[in-house]
Amino acid sequence: MTEDENPPPPNGGSALAVEDLHKSFGKLEVLKGVSASAEEGDVVSIIGASGSGKSTMLRCINLLETPDSGRIWVGGELIRMKQAGRRGLVPESQRQVDRIRSTVGMVFQSFNLWTHMTVMQNLVEAPIHVLKLPKVEAHERAESLLQRVGLIDKRDHYPAHLSGGQQQRAAIARALAMEPQLMLFDEPTSALDPELVGEVLKVIRDIAEEGRTMMIVTHEMAFAREVSSKVIFLHDGLVEEEGPPEQLFNAPSSERCRQFLAAGEY
Amino acid sequence: MDFQLMIDSIPQLLEGAWMTVKLVALALALGICLAIPLALARVSKNPFLWMPVYGFIFVFRGTPLLVQIFIVYYGLGQSEAVRESIFWPFFKEAYWCAIFTFTLNTSAYTAEILRGAIQAVPHGEVEAARALGMPRLLMLRRVVVPRAFRLALPAYGNEIILMLKGSALASTITLLDLTGVARVIVARTFAPYELFIMAAIMYLALTLLIVRALKYAEWRLSPHLRPPRHSK
Repeated sequence: MTEDENPPPPNGGSALAVEDLHKSFGKLEVLKGVSASAEEGDVVSIIGASGSGKSTMLRCINLLETPDSGRIWVGGELIRMKQAGRRGLVPESQRQVDRIRSTVGMVFQSFNLWTHMTVMQNLVEAPIHVLKLPKVEAHERAESLLQRVGLIDKRDHYPAHLSGGQQQRAAIARALAMEPQLMLFDEPTSALDPELVGEVLKVIRDIAEEGRTMMIVTHEMAFAREVSSKVIFLHDGLVEEEGPPEQLFNAPSSERCRQFLAAGEY
Repeated sequence: MDFQLMIDSIPQLLEGAWMTVKLVALALALGICLAIPLALARVSKNPFLWMPVYGFIFVFRGTPLLVQIFIVYYGLGQSEAVRESIFWPFFKEAYWCAIFTFTLNTSAYTAEILRGAIQAVPHGEVEAARALGMPRLLMLRRVVVPRAFRLALPAYGNEIILMLKGSALASTITLLDLTGVARVIVARTFAPYELFIMAAIMYLALTLLIVRALKYAEWRLSPHLRPPRHSK
């Protein structure tokens, strides 16, 4: 591959960089030119009001949504996309997309465990069939992860028999079983009862502490403030403000950010 | 009512029932093999894939099974091209004509059942597979199709029972299935009441077996809906 086909991200972002992302759903323009980056080991929280484009931005990173324009680098590798008429951008190579996706873990608001598989089967499915890991190794890996998220006694249960918090911990373990370079969390606690939020945040904090690069879309301000190395405030499809958590939470420079934080009394 | 005749006719009717079971089982087995790729093509965004399948389903759902059987059995043989083709030994047998027609007919219905089930697979579970880097075929094989099968089972059970009863039409092209045997004995004895009641009872017995088997299959395929077993 020549230098031209894989230009490095312009403003740093060794783990992740997005540049000038635009995305519309019909007439609704959700992203209006978002740029962001993360270095290895960064924990980046994305905050902002509902509809500000947080989830869409996150979903563009592993191409669950294809942006209308813009560029995305994961681990310094540019995801090659081409213009395809009215459909906007499409990936040039689905294989590249699948390969990059296998290195990017994603945790969803609604868990999305495969309900016809046990917890254990959920965890070994992609390592065995995507990474081609030997079965024994995949099971060992899954067991140690289940131990870590406190679900080893639920290994043979089906998702329907778990609480929301347990399901989300299993979903986090499923993502970690791929040993991803980057973890994306899309409002991981928004679908949980208040008393279950803590157990999930504890697991996420634990992963953050081991130095994994993460990007978290969240409404848990106290949590964002505690674990993040950088916070991005999105407003109306644009990055309104970004900076270290102390600065953004204690002394936001933008009026909108100030209002948003005040409204929640964080 | 001639009970002696009813009892005496049981061995022959059982032979007919065996023919019915063979016809239905073979047509269903071939039909579902055909229906899976058809259903996948049917949900494709590519018009070269979904449009022909749509047409196929439209034709087979939109015409009576009896007409389809007649077209295959009486119609195909009129064509010189068919008679001279390597398929002729196949199409000149009423048995294979029935299998052929039943297979296409049930595959059209089954494809449509599976299409609905595929589209009912929760979007989030599909998205989770994509996010883990599963290529499309792997995702279909490991997540979408197994999930869709479970969703399709009740509707597919209906299709099995409809096929069982539809198979009675095989008797119109000389086959001695359950209905066919009953008709032959009626022609000989002029006792339609006795014979068709016996045939009806045998159809009911077969349906009962199918219903029980389906119930078991649903139970086996849905461990995730049962209360958890006690785990270690």
